[in-house]
Amino acid sequence: MSEFLIKNGYVYDPSQGINGERHDIAVKDGKIVESASSGATVIDAKDKAVMAGALEIHAHIAGPKVNVGRWYRPEDKLFHSYKRGESTRIEGGFSIPTVFKTGYEYARMGYTFAMEAAMPPLYARHVHEEIHDTPIIDEAALPVIGNNWFMMEYIKNNEIENNAAYVAWLLRQTKGYGIKIVNPGGTEAWAWGLNCLTIHDPVPYFDITPAEIITGLIQTNEFLGLPHSVHIHQNSLGLPGNYTVTLDTLKLAEGHTAKNRFGRKQVMHSTHLQFHSYGGDNWGNFESKAREVMDYVNRQENITIDTGNVTLDETTTMTADGPFEHHLHGLNHLKWANVDVELETAAGVVPYIYSPNIKVCGIQWAIGLELALFSKDPMRTFITTDHPNAGPFTRYPRIVTWLMSKKARDDQIKAFKYSDKVVDATEVASIDRELTLYEIAAMTRAGPAAALGLSQNYGGLAPGMNADIAIYNFNDETTDPAAIEKAYGNVAFLFKDGKICVRDGVIVDPGMKHTFWVDVKVKENKQVMHDVREKFLKYYSVNEGNYLVPESYAPHQHVIALDATQ
Amino acid sequence: MPKVVTDVTCPFCGTLCDDLEITVSDDNKKILSVKNACAIGAEKFNHTKEPGRVTHPRMRQPDGTFKEISYDEAIDFTARMLVKSRKTLMYGWASTSCQAMSIGHEIAEKVGGIVDNCATVCHGSSLIAIQDVGIPSCTLGEIKNRADRVIFWGCNPAHAHPRHMSRYSIFPRGFFTVKGHKGRKIYCVDCRHTDTARVADTFIQVQQGYDYELLNAFRTAARGGPLPDEIGGVPKEKVYEVVEELKTGRFGVIFFGMGLTHTLGRNHNIDIAISFTRDMNEFTKFNIIAMRGHWNVTGSGQVLSWQYGFPYAVDLSRLDKARYQTGETTSVDLLTRNEVEACFYIATDPGAHFPIAAMISSSKKPTVTIDPHINCTTEISDVHIPVAMVGVETGGCAYRMDNVPIETRKVVDPPEGLLTDEEVLTRILNRVNQLMEEA
Amino acid sequence: MNTVTLTVKQQPEIILEADCITPDSFAGKTAAEIEKLPVYQGKQNCTLGDYFKVAGKAGSTPAETQIIVNGDCSRVKYIGMKMSAGEVVVNSSTDMYTGGWMKGGKLVVNGNVHSFCGLGMEGGEFIINGNAGNFLGASYRGDWRGMQGGLIRVKGNVGSDIGTFMNGGEMIIEGNADIHIATHAEGGRIVIKGNVNRRIGGQMVKGEVIVFGTVNVMMPGFHYNQDVELTVDGVTAMFQEYNGDLGERHPKRKGEPVYGKLYLKK
Repeated sequence: MSEFLIKNGYVYDPSQGINGERHDIAVKDGKIVESASSGATVIDAKDKAVMAGALEIHAHIAGPKVNVGRWYRPEDKLFHSYKRGESTRIEGGFSIPTVFKTGYEYARMGYTFAMEAAMPPLYARHVHEEIHDTPIIDEAALPVIGNNWFMMEYIKNNEIENNAAYVAWLLRQTKGYGIKIVNPGGTEAWAWGLNCLTIHDPVPYFDITPAEIITGLIQTNEFLGLPHSVHIHQNSLGLPGNYTVTLDTLKLAEGHTAKNRFGRKQVMHSTHLQFHSYGGDNWGNFESKAREVMDYVNRQENITIDTGNVTLDETTTMTADGPFEHHLHGLNHLKWANVDVELETAAGVVPYIYSPNIKVCGIQWAIGLELALFSKDPMRTFITTDHPNAGPFTRYPRIVTWLMSKKARDDQIKAFKYSDKVVDATEVASIDRELTLYEIAAMTRAGPAAALGLSQNYGGLAPGMNADIAIYNFNDETTDPAAIEKAYGNVAFLFKDGKICVRDGVIVDPGMKHTFWVDVKVKENKQVMHDVREKFLKYYSVNEGNYLVPESYAPHQHVIALDATQ
Repeated sequence: MPKVVTDVTCPFCGTLCDDLEITVSDDNKKILSVKNACAIGAEKFNHTKEPGRVTHPRMRQPDGTFKEISYDEAIDFTARMLVKSRKTLMYGWASTSCQAMSIGHEIAEKVGGIVDNCATVCHGSSLIAIQDVGIPSCTLGEIKNRADRVIFWGCNPAHAHPRHMSRYSIFPRGFFTVKGHKGRKIYCVDCRHTDTARVADTFIQVQQGYDYELLNAFRTAARGGPLPDEIGGVPKEKVYEVVEELKTGRFGVIFFGMGLTHTLGRNHNIDIAISFTRDMNEFTKFNIIAMRGHWNVTGSGQVLSWQYGFPYAVDLSRLDKARYQTGETTSVDLLTRNEVEACFYIATDPGAHFPIAAMISSSKKPTVTIDPHINCTTEISDVHIPVAMVGVETGGCAYRMDNVPIETRKVVDPPEGLLTDEEVLTRILNRVNQLMEEA
Repeated sequence: MNTVTLTVKQQPEIILEADCITPDSFAGKTAAEIEKLPVYQGKQNCTLGDYFKVAGKAGSTPAETQIIVNGDCSRVKYIGMKMSAGEVVVNSSTDMYTGGWMKGGKLVVNGNVHSFCGLGMEGGEFIINGNAGNFLGASYRGDWRGMQGGLIRVKGNVGSDIGTFMNGGEMIIEGNADIHIATHAEGGRIVIKGNVNRRIGGQMVKGEVIVFGTVNVMMPGFHYNQDVELTVDGVTAMFQEYNGDLGERHPKRKGEPVYGKLYLKK
């Protein structure tokens, strides 16, 4: 493999505390090394920012509901299909790009890893088929467990060890990475057309509450010592006044301590917090509660969050929160797709237009930015768009620009039809803070890598780490919003596993993508295996023998093996 | 010692039963018995034993007879045809694995093919309807565990999906449906009294071509609106009565088939059935599921969608973009309007399904067919490339009618020397690449 | 206004995709430059000059450009697609997508047009002095934004699925129409001087359909409201007004539901 020396760049690596210092980075055999030999290819990074490859902690980029979004929206591809390079595949779609476009676009922005945030276990094979076809970036997927029948029964009976054995079995079956919770209990209720809107609403027929589910899954996660914490999409998403439910949920993390060998400190990752930081009690008096929520998050050190920034585009919402999508369809009357998945989960899809001419959309835009700007710890606050829910991930360059430039924010506020009302309902106009590249690097690299338990090899530039490196045509002197956006969207270079995959925004190498999954060894558990057999015989519509996703679906797998038998 | 292969997935219909048990001879060459399959599914396995399998590619001669040729010759012919043609129809895909499709799409992207699958003459209209209004749906296990109102509209699973009723929709007992059949009300809406109608509690005979109007009446009734005395031969009292019964259920589902997808108005019939389903979610829980035909036609739609964003009729002929328009880039339209220069068929039999005008057009163009068997299409092709049967002689991923992915298994060896779809397509892709580099 | 005349000199072997035949792409170009504009036959890249003789010179802006097309264009797709101004006159029948996503200007076809014409039209005037196929003024697949503005006038008959998801503009059909008129419409107006086969206004939320002739089968979701006198395209007459589709959702204005309207000439 080739050897490189990246010279003269400004390095931003919060994992080592390097803040914009000029620093050479040497790469050999796919790893970052102390020094390069004289034969190394020299990359001149003068005036450029050098960062680790970015990690996407939460996006919907592969699997059944994503694909529904693709195929039931041909209009999302109309005049949005093109081929950009000689060696690349056709890229299509705006809000829900095809797998090829997904891989290429992440790479062009300097991303080298993305987490598919919701894998229905019964559809795991589909998720992995798409991951397999997504070029360049490493990926993993979180199976949704927050409405799973096995889990609800074990936790109701306080059988954490059994639940842990089941989760370990499920991760192996689905080649999954960790525990995803979506509208705990509410999605099971949705199978009867109902919902759980607070953490104390009982789940119909299962004699358990969302709070008990969340607590039980935190215990399960730490029992197993998984690399990532539980990853939660809370109850009551997207509804005015939901910030109290959010605070109630976050408080469930109090008193729990992370137990793992990966250096992960948080026990709960609360995702797309923008959708959960709403005040008011209707759309008329709707307002931001980002400050209240972030005040709590800043204090509570065992929590991480991601933002879920609204990008002001026409997009396609999709979530395992089935009742929410039904609710949204009632608001905008656009086409509603829903799939309930036996014993496990559900998913809904509805197109949505975040129009700058609608007051609520402007407030949502502001809340997403406020979350990041109120954050006192960029290592616990990550940038997402909850792709494609608040907007497509391809807008990261624009979000980064808004976060780094007060002028860019002010320009957008001025462009709103109801600027005054947006300003009144939020604090964004009065925030002067402009995030630095160091903080951006924390929010997109070092932070998510630590939260995912990957900080030993990813998210930083220390010798010995994987050589996933993004080099951008900007630095801390760059203040022109357009220049920031352009640079962040078109890396000068992207190294993936020590190979140049993107040069000047052009894909030059398809890379060697890896599928990450977690294989936990647990004590033999006859009870759980008996329960699995029985549920497949009686309630599933597929045979147990056909549930497993074989390793052939992830030909380049990166298995994180754990032993939870001690 | 004969051995038993368990958890075998049946490569016949979209029900994709995965509980078959197949006994094979110890040399892996012969299927001895098939357990759990319906008569059609069992035949799919059993007819591997029939004599007369084609084991070598064949090329049509000027006198109309076929001559055996080597795989190399057949692949070279195919690759040259694809490279030369400015616009090629690449139709079929419904009876092969997703892995094979993926290779086929790479070929199409190189040569400017239009990739279309059997949905084009089957549930394509359902897909259009979903593109227009979405779909509230669920997996088949949800029906088994929860449904107490089941409607079969314009479909006849008793014949087309024989195990559907026992595995998912009428008879099984599930978690919340411990009484099985007794706890469910079954409705059948059809213009004929089918065998499915015989097991229904309520049969509604609708005049042919009046499904759209009848569903409009169902929707109007659900909102308490006025109705004319009779709609498509159904009295309005019956409409009000059935809608009330559906509202009082806890969990309803509509299964629909060709009776809606290919009668007057096509996609509009599905569109309004979906809209009715959506309306019913204001009162109770309601879902709707298409009774997909070919065992992996759903899979073709899935792979095309994640790669290009459209479920069928994907036009890659411009090489730098994917386009889609049913009525334009759909196979029958391309053929009858003479918009393609060559035809490439794989894993289905358009000769048996397409209108005669389309096949007459096809027969005048260079044509290659990849299929395990001699069929209507192979006989009007220039080259027929036989392959192993997917789901019997080789495995791969397939998608059930509710989009659940299930692996099909290899249970016996193919006849000696026979390549799989994946192998043939890989070799065609390599040859296409070679030819394009030379040019 | 400057005029560019295109004359077919060779028929395409397959089908020609010529989205460049618009005042917008011709504006500011000489005949020689116009000849070099790209057209496509499948994967083969060709030029307009391969198939058309080009005479004259375009105006400096689309609005100052008129295009006259002579010769058989029944195998040419996309004429006038996305045009924003100026004028195109085709003295022939044309194929699919004629006037697709048109934004302004005037497009006249002295012949028949195939399907998907005037798709997603936003503005301008589109005159068809012959028959039109299916999906006239409809939306692209999956889009909820069909015809949004402008005027389409058809001298002859139209196929099915006209005005699907229409939410603005006007369509006047002087002949007959087949099935599915104004399905899912949320605005706009369709006038049919002749007869309609079936399925007018199915799933219609808002908008108007006016029929002078007969309707074979009425939708059960349409309910007679009152008789009204209307002046339509210069003709004043009494019409029966129906509200519908009563099976569909309807917005409310001042507490009262707003229905789609179907008017049948008495």
